[in-house]
Amino acid sequence: MTPDLFFEQLVNGLSLGSLYALIAVGYTVVYGIVQLINFAHGEIFMMGAFGAYTVWLLAGSPTELSAAAALGLLLPAMILGGILVAVGTALLTERFAYRPLRGAPRLAPLISAIGISVFLQEFVRLFYGRIPGFPDSKRAIPFPHIEGISGNSIQLGDVSIKMTSVFTVAALLICTAFLWYYINRTKTGRAMIATSQDPDTARLMGIDVDRVIMSAFAVGAALAAVAGVAHGMYIGNIDFKMGFMAGLKAFTAAVLGGIGNINGAVVGGVVLGLVEAFAGQVGDTAWKDVWAFVILILVLVFRPQGLLGAKVVDRA
Amino acid sequence: MLEVKGLEVAYGRVKAVKGISFGVESGQVVTLLGINGAGKSTTLRAISGLVPPAAGEIWFDGERIDSLPAHKIVERGIAQSPEGRRLFKNMSVEDNLLLGAFSRKDADGVKRDLDRVYGMFDVLSRRRDELAGLFSGGEQQMLAIGRAMMSQPKLLMLDEPSMGLSPIMTQQIMATIKELRSEGVTILLVEQNAQAALSLADKGYVLEVGNIAFSDTGKALLKDDRVRRAYLGAD
Repeated sequence: MTPDLFFEQLVNGLSLGSLYALIAVGYTVVYGIVQLINFAHGEIFMMGAFGAYTVWLLAGSPTELSAAAALGLLLPAMILGGILVAVGTALLTERFAYRPLRGAPRLAPLISAIGISVFLQEFVRLFYGRIPGFPDSKRAIPFPHIEGISGNSIQLGDVSIKMTSVFTVAALLICTAFLWYYINRTKTGRAMIATSQDPDTARLMGIDVDRVIMSAFAVGAALAAVAGVAHGMYIGNIDFKMGFMAGLKAFTAAVLGGIGNINGAVVGGVVLGLVEAFAGQVGDTAWKDVWAFVILILVLVFRPQGLLGAKVVDRA
Repeated sequence: MLEVKGLEVAYGRVKAVKGISFGVESGQVVTLLGINGAGKSTTLRAISGLVPPAAGEIWFDGERIDSLPAHKIVERGIAQSPEGRRLFKNMSVEDNLLLGAFSRKDADGVKRDLDRVYGMFDVLSRRRDELAGLFSGGEQQMLAIGRAMMSQPKLLMLDEPSMGLSPIMTQQIMATIKELRSEGVTILLVEQNAQAALSLADKGYVLEVGNIAFSDTGKALLKDDRVRRAYLGAD
């Protein structure tokens, strides 16, 4: 492998890994607090992408914006719209599909999550395109061109880095910084840590555990929505089933890092992205998904606690 | 202050508490005695709102609280130091204490109570940044009581504060409870160490498999033959 090719794959891996990491955080935060694998989380990511796209449509599908307007106005509005749709969807599913099953055997909410996943995919596939003025959602929809990012790249000596990659990696860094602050420095964050360690005792401290659970779903959904926008720009299009594979990969990343461990989700995502990029280079690109799940199985067999270790439940 | 009427709690089909009634007056130390599985901890969990009662009523300060969520009950002024202490072991002493004050909005008052707890427990004050899991059983118990005090409770419920502690440590914890009582804190105490509990208590209730068998003042129960045989090791 030439140095240039190596660098190219490094950037590809980091971009892909950042997407996985942003989604993986949602799996891990929710798991850490309610021990639920939210299999609909991939669809929350998809809803975020569609939410952002819808903002663009409602803004009149602008195509000739200056870079300043696109980056200063359109993109922030799209991200915000994506976050609102994703968080709204996540809170509704939590309230109506998971909360009623909280005392039930663990399998029940898991099946409910799979049901929600199918529901959201079909909902977008069948209904989104029927709204007047909205594009056919049965096929991939080209994601809007964001002047200043889409199609641009920066030159580092001989190698060029696509701006969409820069955006994706930057999104992960910024979101991780926010997340760190939120978990470690806010009262709600402290309540989340306490609840993940011992929910009953958290209740005795006066913590409203329902609210903590909602916060966990909301935080995960917000990051997934950012990933949805980044994915739209990086890949170039969105579709109703984009959350399926991305969700599975991000889940793999969360397990790889240690499910329940937020740092682990970020590390797991980036590692998985890099492995896919380089494995695709060494062997056949078509095999990259296979490597992701080979990793999942190897981790489950040989290091089920993940790279950084799962949340250790330690009770007196 | 606290009035429990005909409380029943069931886990699945098993009734752990079968219709008990008792009361705690303001300023009193009241103890619930009984063997393992008599339903003492379950009773406290029901009062705190961690398990829903199957029947009966719980009143606190003239308000019925048995259908309130747990965090609302803390806001009303009932704190519990649970069985086994249940500290957040990966957090520092100070973070544990601050979580105890989670429901409070008065930052100045929280600061004052933090100083008060540190004043009561010197070892916590000296090692406030260390992780709670690194402390000895007795020190952890002090932290658990301190944490419960941080919500500024009107009623403090202590579940087995002497469990697993050495006799010396037990004495120290009991001295702490005495000190709290002299400050006017109302206490509901669940203890297996009947001798220690009854010497402190204004009133004691003896639970036998989910029912109140009998009750009296702490002094009278110390001399009661049934209590002496069952809980104090007399023949």
